[in-house]
Amino acid sequence: MISAQAYGENGKMKEYHYTGPVEHKFSPYAFNGGTVLAVAGEDFAIVASDTRLSEGYSIHSRDSPKCYKLTDTTVLGCSGFHGDCLTLTKIIDARLKMYKHSNNKTMTSGAIAAMLSTILYGRRFFPYYVYNIIGGLDEEGRGAVYSFDPVGSYQRDTYKAGGSASAMLQPLLDNQIGFKNMENVEEVPLTLEKAVQLVKDVFISAAERDVYTGDALEICIITKEGIREEIVPLRKD
Amino acid sequence: MALSCVLEPALSGFNFENSTRNIVLENGSEEGKIKAPKPMKTGTTIAGVVYKDGVVLGADTRATSDEVVADKMCAKIHYIAPNIYCCGAGTAADTEKTTEMLSSNLTIFSMNSGRNPRVVMAVNILQDMLFRYRGMIGAHLILGGVDCTGSHLYTVGPYGSMDKVPYLAMGSGNLPAMGILEDRFKANMDLEEAKSLVSDAIHAGIMSDLGSGNNIDLCVITKEGVDYIRPHKESPFNYKRQAKYKYKPGTTPVLTKTVTQVELELLDETVQMMETAGSS
Repeated sequence: MISAQAYGENGKMKEYHYTGPVEHKFSPYAFNGGTVLAVAGEDFAIVASDTRLSEGYSIHSRDSPKCYKLTDTTVLGCSGFHGDCLTLTKIIDARLKMYKHSNNKTMTSGAIAAMLSTILYGRRFFPYYVYNIIGGLDEEGRGAVYSFDPVGSYQRDTYKAGGSASAMLQPLLDNQIGFKNMENVEEVPLTLEKAVQLVKDVFISAAERDVYTGDALEICIITKEGIREEIVPLRKD
Repeated sequence: MALSCVLEPALSGFNFENSTRNIVLENGSEEGKIKAPKPMKTGTTIAGVVYKDGVVLGADTRATSDEVVADKMCAKIHYIAPNIYCCGAGTAADTEKTTEMLSSNLTIFSMNSGRNPRVVMAVNILQDMLFRYRGMIGAHLILGGVDCTGSHLYTVGPYGSMDKVPYLAMGSGNLPAMGILEDRFKANMDLEEAKSLVSDAIHAGIMSDLGSGNNIDLCVITKEGVDYIRPHKESPFNYKRQAKYKYKPGTTPVLTKTVTQVELELLDETVQMMETAGSS
């Protein structure tokens, strides 16, 4: 749109922006918005995402969840460019099947995380524009969260937020789950009920202030019984 | 600060003193490149409709700064004159200051001539100013008012273009709003019909456009007066948080504490009686 600069290069007055040659460039990426969040507990993991798919100022879909179930104990949340999210999940599904057929067992969360890191780094020079967070149970049944950057760097966390409202959610989680920046606070271990309630509250706040987050919230709760889904409405405007 | 204003009166118009400095800062060495702060835009839906007895203007109340909602209850319908109101979309500061300047000019005119300003005058002054600044002032405005010649609705663009129309929508949400207006607009509607049409048009903008949201403000202008309804419709999305996030005293550590005594000299003492009659 219009900027308030009166001067362009060389100190001359900037031309009207519609006269003169304009350079158009095709960008292979688009930003489709969305926020993903994962929390690991003693014997559970939660992966939550909003369900809004947007582009620019428009909404493509109000029902496009960003959590993808990989195995009975692992869920992947990916936000960023939707085209790359779809392709990446297809590739991961195929690789999971291949592993199952050659090793006769399901991939563990840690193994999926390591594999995803190599898949992402394989495209180091034309990256998948995706912010991934894997949530699941490790071999001992404890909750595990692995967070990635678009080119494959990853680490195991207790909680992580990714996507458009990540900068708003992460400090809040640092305070409420990590008990950071506080003193004289009783550090109680996180229960499943408290974690779910915190995730719901935190997404309500994100939907208030981030235009790309809203419509509905899908929470995937992973325990040794399996994966349970909960859908909560969020702001639609 | 106050002293500099006393010694030299502020220059009128825009001040370009810092332009060369800004260019140097922005085009500086690779590490030292500093980006100019981006002005806050309102990313809006505004609409206006002429009906039987006057004009109905409507606006949403969300102001965005890129992708973050900066203000959930900002007022986009600005007062110009007792019989003229203006909705503004585009750069927030530009719409505010432009409408304030216009309002001051018209007040001075009213005092000089003893007449109520006409809507065409407001439009001409705006056009003049925006054209002179060659689009640098990012103000997309919808002006509506009732004067001795009738009810009028105008739009003024940032480059100085003007359009006189019976119904109108502007801002980033203007396409969905215009869809509703095109479908249901009729000439000479009555008040309730006109209010519901404008409200639905803004609602369409709020639901379909990410830059618009929260509540709907309406302003009804007639020969008799103005009804500024803020908010006309509150956002139905009022999801309450399940827990209270309050911190006990002592949560933030106090590292050092210094107490400084400030000696004050009693210069003047006055007593003001409070009006307590009639209050419980």
